[in-house]
Amino acid sequence: MRTQPRPDGPMASARRIGAMILRYWYLLRSSWPRLLELVYWPAVQMLMWGFLQTYLHERTGILAAAAGALLGAVLLWDILFRGQIGFSISFLEEMWARNLGHLMISPLRTGEFVAALMVMSVIRVVIGLAPVTLMALIFFGFNVFSLGLALAGFFMILIATSWSFGLLVCGLVLRQGLGAESLAWSLIFLLLPLACVYYPVSTLPEWLQYVALSLPPTYVFEGMRAILIDGVFRADLMVRGLLLDIVYLAAGLAAFYALMRSARVHGSLLVSGE
Amino acid sequence: MRAEPDGAAVTALDLTKRYRNVLAVDGIGFTVPRGAVVGLLGGNGAGKTTTIAMILGLIQPTRGAITVLGHDMVRQRHRVLGRMNFESPYVSMPMRLTVRQNLTVYGRLYGLGGLKQRIAEIAAALDLEELLDRPCGKLSAGQRTRVGLAKALINEPELLLLDEPTASLDPDTADWVRGHLEGYRDKRGATILLASHNMPEVERLCDRVIIMKRGRIVDEGTPADLVKRFGRATLEDVFLTVARSDDLTPRAAATGSA
Repeated sequence: MRTQPRPDGPMASARRIGAMILRYWYLLRSSWPRLLELVYWPAVQMLMWGFLQTYLHERTGILAAAAGALLGAVLLWDILFRGQIGFSISFLEEMWARNLGHLMISPLRTGEFVAALMVMSVIRVVIGLAPVTLMALIFFGFNVFSLGLALAGFFMILIATSWSFGLLVCGLVLRQGLGAESLAWSLIFLLLPLACVYYPVSTLPEWLQYVALSLPPTYVFEGMRAILIDGVFRADLMVRGLLLDIVYLAAGLAAFYALMRSARVHGSLLVSGE
Repeated sequence: MRAEPDGAAVTALDLTKRYRNVLAVDGIGFTVPRGAVVGLLGGNGAGKTTTIAMILGLIQPTRGAITVLGHDMVRQRHRVLGRMNFESPYVSMPMRLTVRQNLTVYGRLYGLGGLKQRIAEIAAALDLEELLDRPCGKLSAGQRTRVGLAKALINEPELLLLDEPTASLDPDTADWVRGHLEGYRDKRGATILLASHNMPEVERLCDRVIIMKRGRIVDEGTPADLVKRFGRATLEDVFLTVARSDDLTPRAAATGSA
């Protein structure tokens, strides 16, 4: 028999994560519709909101003081949305390919699988948003990098939230089968009104403000408006968002592991159907 | 191969799986000695696939213990998963990936060194060289089975589990697959546990047979012993006798060596 590295060593672990990333990269590379899908919807959104912002600005001047806030919100929302979709779709590819059984009997560990899904989520976000970021600059003169270093913090908060939702969705699909697949597209939209993507938290009724403030992305969108409208960087918002994200990510991981255990108990790892 | 204290590749003790009101596997016990080829027979719903899934660690037993190559599959499966593998026509590999890409991914998951050479070796052994750069989705059923076998053998497993390895194959391809499995066992001294509905296949490949019905083991022994004990002409006749009988009483000691 061939000698193999220790299955529990960090190098072996990194190699298995790399193998999964390679698997998803092969898939993306082989399928132009998959690549197109990454860019298509963010580009459509950007054009629609960009022209709306232009119209409102020209006719009413209502956005004069908030130049770029709408487009900034569109771009940051797409990090959250695309991050979660990227995580969940990579996982769903295994269900669609009926490949999950092979992976689960390989030395791949649950944490390594999750790490690969996280990396793929970032790769898919970057592929999808890089052209759209350029479009925003060319068509509407909005440079998202004008947010400066805060952009890195915003990205971290949003992508971590997207992973926590992705973990929950994938766990539910593992346990309930592909009948739960639609959650991959719909669950995150719950955050669209509640995380105050396009308006300040103060717009919400008071009781709903508490809900909004329990969501990490709320602090990103509030922080973005503080920079673009008031010219102020709010470190306090950034810290609160990051701390909340730790809680969300821990909850997402706990849910995924629990649902994976439950899938083993109920035999649903063998079933890839409805 | 690493020596295990009890010399058994698989040991099941009081293995039970219950799904709510359905008892899929009902307290079975058996041992698969190292280097043996053991067949798991039974009609649909007999509990074969559930038993194999518990051996693979895909399903957690409700009760009982399953030890594979000396490790408990509920608590220590990651210590042993790299030394075993599985093939079934009911579990696919990514269709858009080429054969080479799939084997590369799995080779890396199993932590193999010299992967290019290993893929070349296994492609030569399974007559896949011409197919290496074709997407798996564009292969025929027989070609896919050979690719599945290549994936199952990529890590040269000490324990190979097969669920109906020749289902939906034409007789020529099925015969070729059986020949390859015999060759692998002879060359590597590997243990093979296979579930099959194909009785001539079981008679040809298996040293021992375990017959299951409604989640229980109803008999076990060598194919020749079973044919003799049941007073039938072939193993297929034995299978039909068991399948059509309501008697679930074990004819041989179910806890003995398989």
